[in-house]
Amino acid sequence: MAPPQPKAAAKPAAVPAGGVKKAKVGKPRNYDLGNGVVRFSKAKMFHKKAKYKFVGKKNPKAEKPKKPTVAVKQIGGEKNGGTRTVLLRRRKSFYPTQDKIVKRSHHLTFSKHVRRTRPNLTPGTVCILLAGRHAGKRVVLVAVLSSGLLLVTGPFAFNSCPLRRIPQRYVIGTSTKIDLGDFKLPAHLDDAYFKKNKKSTKRSVKRKQGEDIFATKKEKYVPSEQRKADQKLVDEAVVKAIGARTDKKQLRGYLKAAFGLRSSQYPHRLRF
Amino acid sequence: MPFARFVEPGRVALVAEGPLKGKLVSVVDVIDQTRALVDGPGSGVARQQIRLNQLHLTKFRLNYPFTAPTRVVRKAWTDAKLNEKWTESQWAQKLANKEKRAQMTDYDRFKLTAARVKRNRARTAVFKSMKVKAARAGTFGKKKIPKTAVKKPRTKKAVSKKPAKK
Repeated sequence: MAPPQPKAAAKPAAVPAGGVKKAKVGKPRNYDLGNGVVRFSKAKMFHKKAKYKFVGKKNPKAEKPKKPTVAVKQIGGEKNGGTRTVLLRRRKSFYPTQDKIVKRSHHLTFSKHVRRTRPNLTPGTVCILLAGRHAGKRVVLVAVLSSGLLLVTGPFAFNSCPLRRIPQRYVIGTSTKIDLGDFKLPAHLDDAYFKKNKKSTKRSVKRKQGEDIFATKKEKYVPSEQRKADQKLVDEAVVKAIGARTDKKQLRGYLKAAFGLRSSQYPHRLRF
Repeated sequence: MPFARFVEPGRVALVAEGPLKGKLVSVVDVIDQTRALVDGPGSGVARQQIRLNQLHLTKFRLNYPFTAPTRVVRKAWTDAKLNEKWTESQWAQKLANKEKRAQMTDYDRFKLTAARVKRNRARTAVFKSMKVKAARAGTFGKKKIPKTAVKKPRTKKAVSKKPAKK
């Protein structure tokens, strides 16, 4: 243990020789562990910082010299009082009647939320729909849209389920997958495309004069030519992918058949 | 009928619950009225005590003295070809079928249903034609059925590969 000794002696000597001692700028010892939890509790930090030493003690506050807010000005002329006190800072000339709308940067809007899809829901998965007018049908997942909704298709010729959006909550993803290959969804099939056109489904239809006001007029949904073309395009790819399989006949029957539970079948015990 | 299977040295049992569920063990010694010392050198179970109500006794019994060491149990186990005998037994096959059923996916279930429909159709068709034949011969039914063209059965394909009982 002989060699370390001179070293230890040399070190403290070197520091004062450096001359200027830097002011200690410490990093905060406490840090965020994530989820808003910090490493050291408030009580622990109280101890660490030795705040107990200062409890009940008060530093005498150094009084700041007050800055004058008004100035006294001399005014000429008679019967004027001679002086005026004038504010050094001008008063505001505009007082808004409404509060400003503050944009909160930390509040993400719903549309910006990160979407997480269940890992088994990949394009080509056969899904069982659990809600909506097509509930019980087995459909093919085509894509996951940016809103997090699943885009599914029957195909329409199999079970008359059209291209349709559905939340993943209302779907059971099965282990049966159809290899869609390099099928690419047309870019225009996005959330805006499937959004309900509220104007067209408006209930109150303006009536012409002389029309029976009690006659209820129902607007029937008619798919547009664009929709029909897109349906055809997507279904063609899906049907082709099914046709490429060796069990195509059975798979077709599978997609055409509806899902149902028999007695003593419990969905939480079944494999899908 | 008196009891035929006892908790006795050499008795082979199936563990019905707990972490060893589904494994075969052999009783080495009876500790008390509720517990036994078991060993399963052929099924990967270390020698340990187990509660008797966790065991389901099988018809198999190995031949070794009580408190036999594991090597003796192992020898008896392999000499008796217990593992093969167990997998051949109806009990084990039923368990295997149950497991197979539980592992079926939605698509498998559909395929099974389709196969059963096919089989039942074929069976009904054959049964009906036999019934008509028997009636005509006078060996079945009361009325004599006049001879008419027998309708061809709708489907008479071979029953699909899936076991019928599954």
